[in-house]
Amino acid sequence: MMDDLVIGGQPISNRLFLGTGKFSSYDLIPGVISNSGAQVVTVALRRVDPGMASENMLNFIPENCIVMPNTSGARTAAEAVQIARLARAMGCGNWIKIEVISDNKYLLPDNEETILATRTLAAEGFIVLPYMNPDLTAARKMLDCGAAAVMPLGSPIGTNRGLKTRELVQIMIDELAAPVIVDAGLGKPSDAAEAMEMGAAAVLVNTAIATAEDPVKMAEAFSLAVRAGRMAHLAGPGAQSALASASSPLTGFLF
Amino acid sequence: MGFYTLLEQSKTTDLNQFLGSVTERDVACSIGKSRLSARDFLTLLAPAAEGFLEQMAGRARALTLQHFGRVVFLYAPLYVADYCENSCLYCSFSATHGYLRRRLTLPEVAEQAQVLAGMGLKAVLLLTGESRRHTPVSYLRDCVRLLQKYFSSVSLEVYPLQEDEYRGLVACGLDGVTVYQEVYNETVYNSVHPQGPKADFHYRLETAERACRAGVRTVNIGALLGLDDWRREAFSTGLHAQYLQDSFPAVELGVSVPRIQPHLGSYTPPAPLTDRELVQVILALRLFLPRAGITLSTRERPALRDALVGLGITRMSACSSTMVGGYTANGSRVAQFDISDGRSVEEIRQMLKISGYQPVAQDWHTLPQGQEDIHDRQ
Repeated sequence: MMDDLVIGGQPISNRLFLGTGKFSSYDLIPGVISNSGAQVVTVALRRVDPGMASENMLNFIPENCIVMPNTSGARTAAEAVQIARLARAMGCGNWIKIEVISDNKYLLPDNEETILATRTLAAEGFIVLPYMNPDLTAARKMLDCGAAAVMPLGSPIGTNRGLKTRELVQIMIDELAAPVIVDAGLGKPSDAAEAMEMGAAAVLVNTAIATAEDPVKMAEAFSLAVRAGRMAHLAGPGAQSALASASSPLTGFLF
Repeated sequence: MGFYTLLEQSKTTDLNQFLGSVTERDVACSIGKSRLSARDFLTLLAPAAEGFLEQMAGRARALTLQHFGRVVFLYAPLYVADYCENSCLYCSFSATHGYLRRRLTLPEVAEQAQVLAGMGLKAVLLLTGESRRHTPVSYLRDCVRLLQKYFSSVSLEVYPLQEDEYRGLVACGLDGVTVYQEVYNETVYNSVHPQGPKADFHYRLETAERACRAGVRTVNIGALLGLDDWRREAFSTGLHAQYLQDSFPAVELGVSVPRIQPHLGSYTPPAPLTDRELVQVILALRLFLPRAGITLSTRERPALRDALVGLGITRMSACSSTMVGGYTANGSRVAQFDISDGRSVEEIRQMLKISGYQPVAQDWHTLPQGQEDIHDRQ
């Protein structure tokens, strides 16, 4: 059964998106990508140094992957726009994950500035995926501005705390026609499976894989969990109930 | 309200009495918290915490890994002048020491920059002594503009400036400001900074916040450990960092833990601290401020620096010279202080890789100024 996610006209069969920060060595990246089968990989442009081959992350990503540069480090919409343009000028393609963060303690995104950056970059032809606090209204505005998908956080970046924003993310999944990709905070493969079961279009994982004892194996585990969660979503899980079904129905007298 | 007011308020607590009253049970309780208060931080600096370094190290390691990953950022200092009007008792650049001073010309600065950039470094920290006459702000602006051609991030560790002067430097591409209070105990401060512009404790104390208001992306603060009781100094440093973090959430905050090192002159630090005590400071800072960068410079010897990677340290200098023009053969002969780790950038890179860490030279690329106003386009 074909179950591709289509973003910006590109079919994507693997719904695990990878982040590339925090690894002990870029040498791990090719193994992480091949073992997980990830097709979409995000790269912080702030750390890309085209002048040094050994430190240029882009050299470690296979050609068949979609590189999604991100604007990590941007504090305002204007900075995010500058970084996105720089990424395109460097030949990183048209995809951009907008990250606008003006809070260094929790690294929570600024939805207002993110909407502004989305408007400008979508108008310039970028495939825009904004990272955001889960908020239905802000998501609608981003989509109205031309975002290709929205990326609400599961919990603050790097915390590995799982889907703490579950209720809000579920509302977004239920109400938005566009793909909802859960980004940040997923700490275990079971968290990723949970997001996919809920109907998330994909998940983006970095810290949980990069800081695992064996990142390559953990990437594979996440990939399997994402597939399982997606399959379960498509299979249509049975309804949950807090009570067992009574063997003698209370309304049996009606029949 | 600036930090000076907060620091004054903190004096109403009898720190020595509190430090002496902390029990092992208090320490265990503070280590276990996911969010530490200032009181917890002080608890971890107490004598009672000395037996808990292993537990603190475990937490510090996990927090550093979570927030920074297996990554250590590299930078190098670049001394461009040693003219100084101050007479800090602990510093070779003190005006009381008679030696031939120097200020690099811009072509000489470029020459130094070329050497450092050639080693693969992308972040540089420009340093001078304190002399507005010899190294005016216009000179600093010229240096920042020039260094941008070689580095992706340029920071300054010079004399305290006014807010509008910082703003002008940011417009030239300045990324960060490092300013150490040296010592947060005002009485000790006055005794070790007997004359010169640095004698103004209050003005220096609020330098970091002036830089933050002017729009720098990063600030780095610290106390020169050894000048006064390290527990109280580390506590004040943590309070200062917390104040900056809360007041300027968009600014990336860093803390340094410099220990006083040998220098010209006969001053003996009154309160030296041992390796164990330095480690206690680093671990307590990491638990109190999980997101703050912590810098360990070449003041410390290789074995200690290597061991501290992963226990909270996120930034290291490499191949440092503390002499004006020290990266070429014609450098000055007087160093600001002696360094203890003379390894090359490549040796530091190899050490980090062997320890399972990625050396990162570039963590940010300063963006060109004069951005369009996105907000107008609504």
